[in-house]
Amino acid sequence: MCGNEALAEAAIIAGCDAYFGYPITPQNEITAYMSRRMAEEGRVFIQSESELAAINMVFGASATGKRAMTSSSSPGISLMQEGISYLAGAELPAVIVNVMRGGPGLGNIAPAQGDYFQATRGGGHGDYKTFVLGPSSVQELADCMPLAFDLADQYRMPAIILADGILGQMMEPLTLEPKPRRQLPPKDWALTGAKDREQNIVRSLWLGEGVLEEFNKKLQARYRDIEKNEVLCEEYLLDDAEIVIVAYGIVARIARAAVIKAREEGIPVGMIRPITLWPFPSEQISRTAEEFRLFLAIEMSAGQMVQDVKLAVAGKAPVLFHGRMGGGVPTVDEVLEKIKELTVSHR
Amino acid sequence: MMKTVFRRSKVLKDCPTHYCPGCGHGIAHRLLAEVIEELDLRDRTIGIAPVGCAVLAYYYLDVDMIEVAHGRAPAVATGMKRTNPDRIIFSYQGDGDLAAIGTAEIIHAAHRAEQITVVFINNAVFGMTGGQMAPTTILGQVTATTPQGRKSNGQGYPLQVSELLALLPGTVYVERCALSSVPRIRQAKAALKHAFELQMNGAPGLSLVEILSPCPTYWRMSPSDAMKWIEEDMSKVFPIGRLKG
Repeated sequence: MCGNEALAEAAIIAGCDAYFGYPITPQNEITAYMSRRMAEEGRVFIQSESELAAINMVFGASATGKRAMTSSSSPGISLMQEGISYLAGAELPAVIVNVMRGGPGLGNIAPAQGDYFQATRGGGHGDYKTFVLGPSSVQELADCMPLAFDLADQYRMPAIILADGILGQMMEPLTLEPKPRRQLPPKDWALTGAKDREQNIVRSLWLGEGVLEEFNKKLQARYRDIEKNEVLCEEYLLDDAEIVIVAYGIVARIARAAVIKAREEGIPVGMIRPITLWPFPSEQISRTAEEFRLFLAIEMSAGQMVQDVKLAVAGKAPVLFHGRMGGGVPTVDEVLEKIKELTVSHR
Repeated sequence: MMKTVFRRSKVLKDCPTHYCPGCGHGIAHRLLAEVIEELDLRDRTIGIAPVGCAVLAYYYLDVDMIEVAHGRAPAVATGMKRTNPDRIIFSYQGDGDLAAIGTAEIIHAAHRAEQITVVFINNAVFGMTGGQMAPTTILGQVTATTPQGRKSNGQGYPLQVSELLALLPGTVYVERCALSSVPRIRQAKAALKHAFELQMNGAPGLSLVEILSPCPTYWRMSPSDAMKWIEEDMSKVFPIGRLKG
């Protein structure tokens, strides 16, 4: 099963009631898989007329209390930003998969990580955040899906799964099984028809003086809770590491191989792999930076996540960057070379 | 003996609206509320408010409601109806919302034969933003962005969305009404009722009622002149009557 299909099947297992999507490469396997499987399950599948429509269909389904999702790739995700901001403003859960490709513009269909800023900074207008999960294997793609739905429901906000063209396309063995849901609050805000109760209103417009600021404070307080409680990251061979690589997604797979090779050559290198990109594992990185270490962020971008690494390190250690852009993928040897260069220059 | 000859619909909240004097939204809201009550749909209706003057419609209509991005109501309605086929879903959209920024969403909701009801308020102008030209502004009409009057050369012709939609196999009912006189208001109510009944009965497509509605503020007219303008000018460009179904 390829990564895209693993995402799709995992969504079905996680109880996704409705999928809405518009074709775009390299995530078309999700839409195709869903068109078949959702029908088999008697659930909702719609191929929409645009990404704008897809995210707004998600908005509608989610407002009635259903689990709804969409998937797309970079240019399509840009089109969805209006809807994602509205989801955040209306406090609606949703799962959005971005199988990233090279940009800017139409770019290409090769794997990339250039949408990190867009995903982790909110992406649309206004002060808001979304969960951003950065899985690095087909198994982890599948595992992210029930987590994304649970996080979205628990905190009433969108959750983005940030994958890339390699993860979406590559095939790996995986285990798919239902996971127990978190204890989730009842969706008593949902629009179901006002039977035996007062009307429910789902909105994001707050006109009275100071009302919107109070609403924003509530959102921000929620985000601070999430930063405290929902960070996920993997620490790999950190104990004696003098060089700490920070990488996520497919790049972390490549970096891990380079770490193993470097260790074979006696270079003490380890890795921090953020699994949640927002909330970012700032605490973990900050703690690691307490001892003198050298950080090397590696991305398939011009340097986006590295800014979060620098914010976390806060000047306590040098932070270097190696990146590829526009669909370029670093090789294991390329990363190993970079590690060796740093070893020479910093000893 | 006192006899009750009129009472406010229970679906219409007992509060003043924010609409300008002579605005048609108040009438349209009341018709909608009466239809929902008469068809006993309050418990299973979900309404969609647009971006525009009617964005706060949920303050006046006592049903579950959502406020959505400009023009996207038919897509939101699609998501709601497909996941809740037993609920009655309506969108309430103005001409900027439906005929300008939301053309793709309304055309494709109709094209997919979504079983939703669309209330399309056409007042030939953008109201909330200050009276700018709408796609439905008629030729010669002066607006904030057509100070010399709308000219076809450069500003295009008034867009007849209902005629376009009536051509699509996915619409089951399209009617254009007006609020310019009591008989016309009664007809508008009958049209709304028919549209909701079609949805209740599972008619296989989208029902739309376009309502020519006065905007005295941005037409720069008295309320009574605005009613006259609908009858004498606007309805020449947007002929009143049933287009389909």
